[in-house]
Amino acid sequence: MATDAPAEEAGATAEVGLLPDIARREPGGWLVPTAALLALAALPALISPYAQDLVVRIAIYAIFALSLELIVGAAGLVSLGHAAFLGIGAYAVVLGSGDAGAPLLVLLALAVASAAAYALFVGALSLRTRGVYFIMVTLAFAQMAYFVVHDTKTGGGSDGIFLSVKPVLQVAGTTLLDLDKRLPLYYTVLAALGATYALLALLLGSRFGHALAGIRVSEQRMRAAGFSTYPYKLAAFVIAGAFAGLAGALLAIKDGTVNPELLAWQESGAVLLMIILGGIGSLRGAVIGAIAFTSLKELVQWEALFGSLASHWQLTLGLAIIAFVALLPKGLIGLAALWKSRARA
Amino acid sequence: MDLSTFLVQCLNAVQYGLLLFLVASGLTLIFGIMGVINLAHGSFYMLGAYLAFALAPWFGDWFFARLVAGVVLAAIFGYLLEWAFFSFLYERDHLQQVLMTYALILVFEEARSLLVGNDVHGVAAPDWLAGSFRLGDLMSYPWYRVFSSLACIVIALGLYAVVNKTRLGMMIRAGASNRDMVRGLGVDIRLLYRIVFAGGVALAALAGMIAAPLSSVYPGMGSSVLIICFVVVVIGGIGSITGALIASLLVGIVDTFGKVFFAEWSGVGVYLLMAIVLVWRPEGLMKRGY
Repeated sequence: MATDAPAEEAGATAEVGLLPDIARREPGGWLVPTAALLALAALPALISPYAQDLVVRIAIYAIFALSLELIVGAAGLVSLGHAAFLGIGAYAVVLGSGDAGAPLLVLLALAVASAAAYALFVGALSLRTRGVYFIMVTLAFAQMAYFVVHDTKTGGGSDGIFLSVKPVLQVAGTTLLDLDKRLPLYYTVLAALGATYALLALLLGSRFGHALAGIRVSEQRMRAAGFSTYPYKLAAFVIAGAFAGLAGALLAIKDGTVNPELLAWQESGAVLLMIILGGIGSLRGAVIGAIAFTSLKELVQWEALFGSLASHWQLTLGLAIIAFVALLPKGLIGLAALWKSRARA
Repeated sequence: MDLSTFLVQCLNAVQYGLLLFLVASGLTLIFGIMGVINLAHGSFYMLGAYLAFALAPWFGDWFFARLVAGVVLAAIFGYLLEWAFFSFLYERDHLQQVLMTYALILVFEEARSLLVGNDVHGVAAPDWLAGSFRLGDLMSYPWYRVFSSLACIVIALGLYAVVNKTRLGMMIRAGASNRDMVRGLGVDIRLLYRIVFAGGVALAALAGMIAAPLSSVYPGMGSSVLIICFVVVVIGGIGSITGALIASLLVGIVDTFGKVFFAEWSGVGVYLLMAIVLVWRPEGLMKRGY
């Protein structure tokens, strides 16, 4: 790969002009995300239980997309195996809960820790490679986790496992949160989304975030400046895995069941799609992408609109993605900039 | 495990490894020369298997004619696909390539579902290869598997000859080691890309056609092959055909004997092999070279 290095270097610097710097303050600062979160908190009074479920699903996928944004958007490492961490978080909840159930905080901690542990293993090995190699290696390790849950008895096999008892949060015998009920689940997921967004925003604004941005722009230069880049990348990879584990735990609690498809590479592709759809290089983009992708998926499966094509929704989705890649290389966030520049001209 | 069982497993390992090599060699060339990550490569394997199924009624006993027809159709398909969907991807980053080829998989899978349906279909091996020969007292080994291995060896030798002895092969090797220099020397790189891509599609489809009587034809057969081929490319080293050959055989051996010794955990074996190679040689066994 040595001959490719200068070309990749040039590509990386050319990119900087195109993509918004993730560490830079976005317009509106904290105001826009806070307002959006408050609006979502008021929403359950206005919408149907079906729509509430959809919002919960979108919020969980937003956490998942945000976690991937840390490695793809901030550090510039394209991972195609992120679903492994989502799945491991989900399976950790179900296996940890067993038949008797377990306290919510214990299960969440277990999910986050197991996802982070696997991310440490995968990251330590895959970060020895770069570029196309990194994409393939992360994909292959995710597939390894897939086979473990798909083929072994402890993993539950291809049918998956049910979560027999939904976890509750109890303090001194009184139940504070019962996640079997719709509203407590809604607010728990919303709080998790808010916390994930805030933590990642703080992280990206910190010295650590700037170091990641430096690595994305030019790893060679960062190394020349005396940074040991590998630990930074590994830390980002593990943190991203941990947040994906959190999303997986919430997904398992919401659905009450897990199956190997959570770890499948299609899921890794889907989450990558979300952040590209929203626009790489922005936390807001990741959230917008999760909303857009999940809604699009609901839409193309809608029989009233697509008739018999609804059962072949992947065809519609695939064609939509192709059109998107061909026409909107900078994502939905880029649409706003495009529109602005048109208006100015 | 007695000797004849061991021999049968060895033959299986080699046969599987060689089949993987056909798919992986196209993939590694497309990576190495065009720098494009092609997630849809597994779909071409599936395309081949379904071509074998769809062409069977037309050709009857003409087994080789069917293979040739399938390969020609697949190559034309690859040529057009490169022109329509890949030619503008070279300038884009890996993310866009992942996205585009991911979408192509969705489209191919649904197109297959619309055209052929979701049933599993069997494809018959030709009559003259239908039997099996005895190996030791208890075991027998089907002739078609022997044919499959031999066919793959012939194709691999042909590929070696094309890459090492022809002008086209020279351009391919040069393209793999320095793309910009080849362009600078006046080679029509777009045409070269298109030919390599069509060749990769044809190889994958040929593998699918050969595999069809062994594995039958079923939905989603492309994606499992794709990921194993990624493992092969990572182990072998991007752009190296020799590396792909060695890695394919290694993967074939680990997978086959893993299934014999550790039935439940066998899926993990090849990935552990990849992990070990990554620790030992992060850039693959053969770092660029033929």
